[in-house]
Order: sequence, then structure tokens, then C-alpha cells
Amino acid sequence: MKDQHLVTLNVNGREHEVVLESRKTLADVLRQDLGLTGTHLGCEHGICGACTVLVDGEPVRSCLVFGVQADGREVRTVESLADGDELNDLQQAFSRHHGLQCGFCTPGFLMLGEAYLATDPAPDREEVREVVSANLCRCTGYQGIVDAVCEVAQLRREKSTHD
Amino acid sequence: MTPDPADPADPGERTKGQRWVGNRLPRREDARMLRGAGRFVDDIASPHAYHLAFVRSAVASGRITQVSVDEALAMSGVVAVLTSADLDHPHLTAVLERDEFVATAMPLLAHDRVRYAGEPVAVVVAESRYVAEDAAETVWCEIEETPAVLSLDDIDGDLPGIHDEAPDGVLVDLQMFSDAIDDVLAQAPLVLEETYRSGRVTAAPMESRACLADWRERDEQVVLEVSTQVPHQVRTGVAQSLGLPERRVRVIAPDVGGGFGQKCVVGREEVVAAALAVRLRHPVRWSEDRQENLIASFHGREQEYRVRAGFDDQGRLVGLDADIRCNIGAYSAYPFSCGVEPLMAATELPGLYKVKRYAARARGFATNKPPTAPYRGVSRPQIVLVMELLMDKAARRLGIDRVEIRRRNTIQADEFPYLGPNAITYEPGSYVEALDRCVEEVEKAGWWERRDEDDGLLRGVGIANFSERTAYGTATMGMRKMAMTPGFEVSHVRMDASGDVVVTSGTCGHGQGHETTFAQIVADRLGISPDRIKLRQGDTDLTSFGWGTFGSRSLVIGGGSAAVAARGLAEQLRQVAAEILEADPADIDLVDGHAEVRGTPDTWLSIDEIAATVHFRSHTLTQREDQLLEARGSADPPGMFSNAAHAALVEVDPGTGDARVVDYIVVEDCGVVVNPTIVDGQVRGGVAQGIASALYEEMSYSPEGQPLTGTFMDYLMPTASEIPSIAVHHLETPCDQTETGAKGMGEGGTIGAPAAIVSALNDALRDSGADIDFVPVRPGDLLRVLEGTADKAPRKESA
Repeated sequence: MKDQHLVTLNVNGREHEVVLESRKTLADVLRQDLGLTGTHLGCEHGICGACTVLVDGEPVRSCLVFGVQADGREVRTVESLADGDELNDLQQAFSRHHGLQCGFCTPGFLMLGEAYLATDPAPDREEVREVVSANLCRCTGYQGIVDAVCEVAQLRREKSTHD
Repeated sequence: MTPDPADPADPGERTKGQRWVGNRLPRREDARMLRGAGRFVDDIASPHAYHLAFVRSAVASGRITQVSVDEALAMSGVVAVLTSADLDHPHLTAVLERDEFVATAMPLLAHDRVRYAGEPVAVVVAESRYVAEDAAETVWCEIEETPAVLSLDDIDGDLPGIHDEAPDGVLVDLQMFSDAIDDVLAQAPLVLEETYRSGRVTAAPMESRACLADWRERDEQVVLEVSTQVPHQVRTGVAQSLGLPERRVRVIAPDVGGGFGQKCVVGREEVVAAALAVRLRHPVRWSEDRQENLIASFHGREQEYRVRAGFDDQGRLVGLDADIRCNIGAYSAYPFSCGVEPLMAATELPGLYKVKRYAARARGFATNKPPTAPYRGVSRPQIVLVMELLMDKAARRLGIDRVEIRRRNTIQADEFPYLGPNAITYEPGSYVEALDRCVEEVEKAGWWERRDEDDGLLRGVGIANFSERTAYGTATMGMRKMAMTPGFEVSHVRMDASGDVVVTSGTCGHGQGHETTFAQIVADRLGISPDRIKLRQGDTDLTSFGWGTFGSRSLVIGGGSAAVAARGLAEQLRQVAAEILEADPADIDLVDGHAEVRGTPDTWLSIDEIAATVHFRSHTLTQREDQLLEARGSADPPGMFSNAAHAALVEVDPGTGDARVVDYIVVEDCGVVVNPTIVDGQVRGGVAQGIASALYEEMSYSPEGQPLTGTFMDYLMPTASEIPSIAVHHLETPCDQTETGAKGMGEGGTIGAPAAIVSALNDALRDSGADIDFVPVRPGDLLRVLEGTADKAPRKESA
């Protein structure tokens, strides 16, 4: 007999009702039940951060959270960032600064970066290095990722001062 | 991202007669990756596919007496549990056709013996991965444990070989060169006798291995979608192992999340998945978890070099003798074999240094650890470490500046082409120029002042100068005598009726930006925007046979074949345009999307019009012998040397032994740079992997052969906090072997970093007489040097 639960998730602004085994991870729910395969699994033990998504605005490792724990929460994934064909400022900055190569870890870094940028940080290279050291990338050597997050922190500050 | 012609700051800014090669064109691959719309194997929906979980040996060495699967079979959701016998004992066997090589079979599933902890013994097929893993845990393997052979030290003892075919444990033994080395060394004023070691590491791509196999009755094929660098080699591996003609196997590599060599060999699990799809007539998928990837996939770099190096009193290297031993693990990886590391090491050890007499013996020893694959750089990180530390030490002993001793020994600009004692011809590079430029950049960055700051931290500067052969073609690979000899590539370039172009290549990009750089190369030859050019690769039914992506070959050989094909297509466009415009084809220029008559720029046709005419109105053309607009090109250069100088600034905390690389400079020469952004990225990522294996990463084992580094908590892949900013400067010595003038550059960053860092650590701890001769260097090692308790004998391997 399976241990099933009816769970309501708000993912990227859409409500989903899904029936889940209690041990199914949020990452597997997003990928398998909702078809949101932008969230990637790199280690399944909470170190690499490729599966980082936002739950109620906070970055979490979706490999370490059960789907049932997200019941009633708001989840944001990488698929929410672009507006139609238009990439958002952080996505554009990643491309401009070559912050991705194979692209596998990228969704996790983007969501980590979004969570950090939402705190309206003063752009500080050392702090950004510290923040992005939460996740692992094997291709880039991190420089483009750090550059991209720093630049967007600066641009968003300038924008909010002008607004 | 499409370049915006209206934006003058846009790197894609167009001018009349735009040349795209050399531009920092934004990557074509980026948008889909940034949107989470990449298509990695695990992203491919196959709702009813069965999931595989492998039952793996819990011990490093032993004889299998029984495998009990009844409990697993009885579980709800379990479809099958199979052992090697159930599959008729399929295997993969890598072969070098040389007397010094012993071929050994790697069974897809171990049957009589297990040879490393983590080796697959059985496979569970189930309706979900959760159930498959539950069931795998219930499979009971009874194994009579035998003593494990783990290290080169074990091999020095009396433990028996792990393969019956090679009782002494030696699978390959190459004595590459021999001459009067002993006489030369006997007469040299300075002879250094040193032992260098490098630890076992793993490539650890962020996407572990994965595959999805499906039998398609209509196509009479098993379709294997797999995270690989080498689709055609996987196809051959599957076909040979399962006894199928190659047309009955189609291998597709979708987006691949990094490889670094780990995915340029054929994984036994991938072949098992294909076998099961054929047998069950049902899709099956396997997703390797991180623990499996760390402890049971492919490793590399566990090597020891015992060298004797003779110098004259001016610091010139007069003789070099090396005994190289590689711990290649339990099996020869298919198809490259375990010869990859030893052959590379023995052949290319002298590098860019001139040495009159050279002798080398290189052996590969089988041990009870996972097999090794060609990891980014393949032995070059070690040989550069050896040569650079020899230069440092000779400089200290002879009282010569360490840059000057390198300069004296380096092949000079007027000596190209240079024939080395290893029978290799070095074509022009910028060896001395790169070294001098690197030293200049170090001064400009104020490192020498920083080095002497008195704030309690110990600082050191390390320099490494090297060349590396890239893009090995058939002629050079043929010397290895592999039963399957890689080298060439074939491309097709096809223009459709709307004037857009599809390029095919047998290479298989997985982060290197091929979709961008190949488009730049082809765009220059067709006079159209790279936006109109799409590269298709990674599908054995869509492309001609090709060897895949490894060994810094793709842009050079694959891009080279695309360039040749594009030139052929350009010629076709010129002929059609010439007929319509009533001009000589030789007078037609393809530029900015037009074919125009040189000297009369008002006489032109758009490429779109030419494409439409050829496809839809060919009756209006009289001079077309062949229909359509498509051309084929091939490339097979022998292989060419790129070069680079690296400099590292390190800080050591004398209280904790913590070492950090705080600044890093690279001056590199890969010939014509097709896209500087992408080259910078490859260099930086490579340096990061070099830093990783110099200071942080090592696969460790207990004395019984149990892996101790099965998670990212134990296997310390560096984060952004451990990798500094890396300055990259370019020199360009164009290559005359290639259509594009480019040389390979995928591995150089990884190759130079360990040498530069250990050199810097020895400099930082100079007051303690540091003479570190191994990687990785851990805080404890540095504390022992500082306390004066570092054992002068080679460090005991971690089993």
C-alpha cells in the first residue's frame, strides 16, 4: 500500500494539485509530475545546488525537500525568469559574461542569484563570491557567474534609485 | 541572443564585409540553457520507461559465489533482475595492437570476480527509480573477499595481479626511447633524482552519466540517448558488445552536462541499458547518482614519475630518464584502453624543453580501483609538473634565476620546426614570448611586492611554461596502435530553400560553444550571418561517422571540416550567381548575405534568391551539374602544439597550513582565436580544475579498498571561494595545418595549473626549504614542511 497525499503547489504562479508519495522529492515532483525539467539534479545530497528553487522566496535545495513539504507554498523555478522570449536581466548578464558553459548547473545559480539579488545587496565582489560558493560549477571557474551577479546588483540598484 | 546591429557597443555589431571569426559573439547555446529549456537525457520524457538500478560490489576484490535476487523479484513494481549470465556475459574489450599491451575484457556485469568496490554485479529493472533502488538493496551478493591491490606500493609487494592474463599486474609496458642516457647522466655536473606523484581524481561533470534506451521496431533500431562526448564510439561499443550491425544502433547525445573525458569512453551501464531495451522491447533509463559517479565511474591521474635529470653548469638539460607508473584501475576503458596515460606521458614528457638524450619507460598497473578514462589534459598536468619542478630545483641548485633557466632550455623561435628526441616535430609556437609576456604581466600586477608583504601570511609566485599537442589526427593517433584509431572528421553543409544553412559534424559539444564557433567559421565563408547557420551534431543517424569531442580536437578538426565544406558550398553559390549575373564565378564575392560582382557592387543577388532559384527554379539554370546546395568537407591534420605560460600567486597561512590561490595569469597561444570569450572560458574553467587537483580533490580509499570520498562533502570540488579571478592574455601563432589557423585549446588551463601552484607553494615556503613534489597538497602537508617534519621520501599514497 502506497502512502499517497494530495498536495497543492503554486509553481511559477500556477496552482497544481498532485498526488504524491510522501518520499518523493520536490525536485522529482517538479521534473516528473509538472514537466519543469529546468531544475536539474547534480548530487541529490544537497551540496551542488543545481536543483536550487525558491520556496516562498527562499532558496532551497529541491533534492532535500519532499514534495509534500511544499504543500500550500509558492515555488519559483528557472522557467519563471524569462518574459516570453525576453530573458531577464540576470539571464542576459550570465550570457554576456559567459557565466555558463554546459548549462547544467545554470538554473541553480540563477535561482540562487535571484534570491540574493532580492535582498537588494550593495554590489560587493567578495560577498558575491561567498554567496555563489553555495553552488558548484565544473565548467566556468565561476568568474563569469560572479561578474554577472555583481553587474545585475549594480544595475538593479541604479534602476531603483532612478525610479 | 541575436546581435543588435543598432547597438554600437554590441559585440555582434556588423560592418560591411563582416568577418565573424575573432568576434566575441554571444553563444548560441545560452538562451535555451538560461531558460531551463536545455534537453539533457533526464529531461526527455518517456513516461512508461523502466528505471535501472545497479547492484554494486561492496568489496574491492573477491570471487562471486552467489547472487540472490528472489527478494527483489518479489517486490511490487520490479520487472526483472539480471546478472551477467542472464545477458550471456557481454563485455567491452579495449585493444592496442602492440606486443607490450595485454588486452583484458571488462564484463558489463561482473560475473566471476569483482575488481573494485562499486563494480556492477546485477541490474534491477523496475517501474520507478525509487522502487529500483529499494530492490537493488535487497539483492544479496556473496563474495569471497581477497586482498585488494590498491596502490603502486602494493604492486611493489607480493600481491598477485588482478587479471589472470597479467600476473604481474602490468597491462601495458612501453619503453619508448633508449640511447646512451646513462653515459650522459654520468657526465652531467648536476643530476637530480626525483620522484613525483599525483593523486587519483575524477572529472565529476555536474551532470552524472545518464541514458535512455528504446527499441524502435519501425526503424529496426535501438535508440540510445546518452550523455556522451563520443556518440559514434558508443554506437560501436554497443554494436560490438551485443553483436548487432551498427545500423541497428542509433546513439543520440542531447545536451550533455560536462564530460572532461569521463564521457569519452563507453560506460558498461549504457551498454546494459541498450541490451535491456532490445531484450525487453521496452524503453529503459538509467540515471547515475552522484555517489556512483564518484566511486564507480572513471577516474584518472594516479601516477608516479621517477626521473633522473642531468643539467650542465649553465642549467641546460642534457639528459632525462623517466620511469613512469600509472595506476590505471581495474580495467582498460573502451575504446581508448589503459594505454592513454602511459603513452602520453612517455611520448611527451620533455614538452617544450630541448634535451639531447631522453629515455622513458611507462607502465600501466591494474589495481582494485575503478578504471581510468582520459581526464582533461591526460598526463600533461603531471608531465608539466615534473618538468617545471625540475627547472625550479635545478635553478635553486645552480643559482640561476628560475625564469632564465626555463628560457635557456626552451625551443627558441628560430628553431622551428624543431625535432625533439621523442621523434615529435614541434611546429611554430610562441614559447619564449609567452614566458616573457607572463613575467611582464606578473610585474605589472605587482606580485613581487605582494610576495614580500610582511603580514604573517607566506606568499609565493609560481610559473609554468608548456606546450601541448592538440587535435591528434589519424597519422599521430595511429602511432598508438589502437584497434580503433580516431582522428578525422567529416562535415556536411547544406543550404535550404530559404538560404539558411545546416552544418553537421561528428564532434559532440558539451559546453564548448560549438554551435557558436562553427557558425562563425561557416558564416565567414558564405558571407551570411551566423544566426542563419545551425550546427547539428550528436546523432549517429544525422551525421557522418565521426570521433566526437575530446583531446582539444573539435574546433580544429570538426571546425576545419566544416570550413572545407563551407568553402565548397560557397563555390556553388558563386557559380549560380555568376550564371544569373552573367559574370565570372571568380569575380563573385559573398558578403553580407549577397553575391555581388567585384568592382560593380550594384550588381548583386541575395543569397535567399540564389537558394530559392536552385531549389524551385532549377530549369532556369543551364550550368548546374549537381542539384541543390550541399557540400562535404573533411579534415585530418596530424596534430599541432598550442602553448601557454601560467603564473600563480598563492598565500599560505602558517598557522593552519591553509593555501589559497589569490591571483592567476595565463598567456596562451592557440593560433587563430575564433571566439575570444569562449577561449577565455575554456582557459578559466581548465585552470579551476587544475587548482582542484593541486589543492583539494583526491579519491581516497581505506586499506581494504573502500572508497572514502563518495559525496561532495568528502570529494572537495572547489567553489567560487577557492577559485580566484584569472587574467587571460592571447598570443596568436596561426597554424598552417588547418583551414582556420586555429589550434586546440580545451585542456591547456588544466595542464598548467598544478605546476604553477606547486611551484608557488615551494616559493612561499622557501624559508623552510620546501621541496614539494606531489599533488594534491593539503594543509597538513604544508604544516609538515613548516615544522620541518616533511618526509623527504615520497608521501605514502592514500592507499
